[in-house]
Amino acid sequence: MKTLILSTAALALTAGLAMADGHAKTIRMGTEGAYPPYNFLDDNGEVAGFEREVGDELCARAELTCEWVTNEWDSIIPNLVSGNYDVIIAGMSITDERDEVIDFSDAYTLPDPSAYLAAGEVDLSNAVLAAQSGTIQAAHISAMAGATLVEFATPEETVAAVKNGEADAVLADKSFLAPLAEADPDLQMLEQEELIGGGIGLGVRESDGELREKFNGAIQSMKDDGSLNELIKKWLPEAALF
Amino acid sequence: MFANCVDPDTLESLQWFACYLTTGKHMNLYWSVLTVLTLLGITAPVALAFGFAGASAARSALAPLRWIGKTYIAIVRGVPDIAFFLFFVIALDQAIEYLRHRVLCPEVLEPVRQGNDFVVCQAAKMPLGNAPQWVHESYGFAIAVLTFAIVYGAFAANVLFGAMRAVPQAQLETAAAYGMSTRQTFWRVLVPQMWVYALPGLSNLWMLLIKATPLLFLLGVEDVVYWARELGGTKTPRFTDYPHGDWRMWYFLALLVFYLCFTRVSEIVLEKVMARLTRGQATSGGEAQRRAAA
Repeated sequence: MKTLILSTAALALTAGLAMADGHAKTIRMGTEGAYPPYNFLDDNGEVAGFEREVGDELCARAELTCEWVTNEWDSIIPNLVSGNYDVIIAGMSITDERDEVIDFSDAYTLPDPSAYLAAGEVDLSNAVLAAQSGTIQAAHISAMAGATLVEFATPEETVAAVKNGEADAVLADKSFLAPLAEADPDLQMLEQEELIGGGIGLGVRESDGELREKFNGAIQSMKDDGSLNELIKKWLPEAALF
Repeated sequence: MFANCVDPDTLESLQWFACYLTTGKHMNLYWSVLTVLTLLGITAPVALAFGFAGASAARSALAPLRWIGKTYIAIVRGVPDIAFFLFFVIALDQAIEYLRHRVLCPEVLEPVRQGNDFVVCQAAKMPLGNAPQWVHESYGFAIAVLTFAIVYGAFAANVLFGAMRAVPQAQLETAAAYGMSTRQTFWRVLVPQMWVYALPGLSNLWMLLIKATPLLFLLGVEDVVYWARELGGTKTPRFTDYPHGDWRMWYFLALLVFYLCFTRVSEIVLEKVMARLTRGQATSGGEAQRRAAA
């Protein structure tokens, strides 16, 4: 183990000398990799999806070198502020609560309505509803009168809870639920939708204003030439366009 | 991986599975098995070394050394594993970066803590922000090994401390009567005889260590359980060439078999070690071996 640490340290030190002028900082993009179509791991184990394509394009436009890393949703904000990566790009809606801890770039999607997915008829005034913990949907359910919230660590488990009857319905972004309803005849979307959230933005550290400005510039240029709308059409057919 | 995997929809079930089980994502799962085995292979001897050092310190004649040994055993044994893992790894990582920041960037005067943010200069990042991903992973792995070794070392220290006291006093007195120094008695008489008393406790620890590897994910290392959960989740046709339902049960079943087999192999090996250590010892086991041979 000692040699492992030593060789790692030596490597890091020599790499540090080579890059001492620091001209090419690599931006590490932290994502969850479990929330298709926003971000997921493809068959090769690589991060893919809407945010992969948006993120790569934003990095190219802002002339940044980017690298993708995955992190559990639960600890995605703490690991950003302690510097394990530089950007959160994980379908994270811009909320005041999160804005107190980190900063957000401009939104790169319009607010997407949240939808319910259920295995049958559900009376929402008296239902057990599943949501991923730490999401705007979980906050919304806990404020609903009569509904009981059950939280799960991953999006996958929220849907599994509906299938095995533990919950009556799951509340999540419509773009996440639509492909699941399409693929499984036992599951349907309810007509009721909730307009919550302020659009999805990139999360950056509050002390990283310069990086945020670079990304804001790139997002604006993608909005101006319509390339962002193209990606939204491709990956999020249910969502509104800019 | 195979040439005929380009269009999985057309494949027969057997070929489909051959293709499915060799996707890049499954390779990650197989790698993570190796990661877990490597972690165990490195951690076990390091933890044993920590334990030996801790136990020797705890029974030292020098009071400060004794206090250090006893404090180490008491504190680490008393704190829940998960709390220790979460606290120690973040604290260690930030301490390393803070020291590097002070040494490498003395010209930066802004405080390291700015509100919620922990900010060190680029050169002080550990590993460097522009290092390739595998360096980040090796660094995480090294931190994981160290953390596991410290936690399990404390338990091992307690086991060895007890084992050292279980060696019959008469053996040590005889050694003294032969004119051996304290150091000679320790290395020539005490240490060779204590293992037979330590082994049952140490084998328990080994079993616990095998089962504790999913805690790796807390430390940012993607282990078998993470990949089993990720691969077993429902896959819809839009996002993969290999759509399937919720297969987590099958993946966890495979994990169960893997861990059970691993435990069984460990038991067989530990039994052999026990038989070897018992040979010629003044214990009931040693006596039974002597009679069977006679």
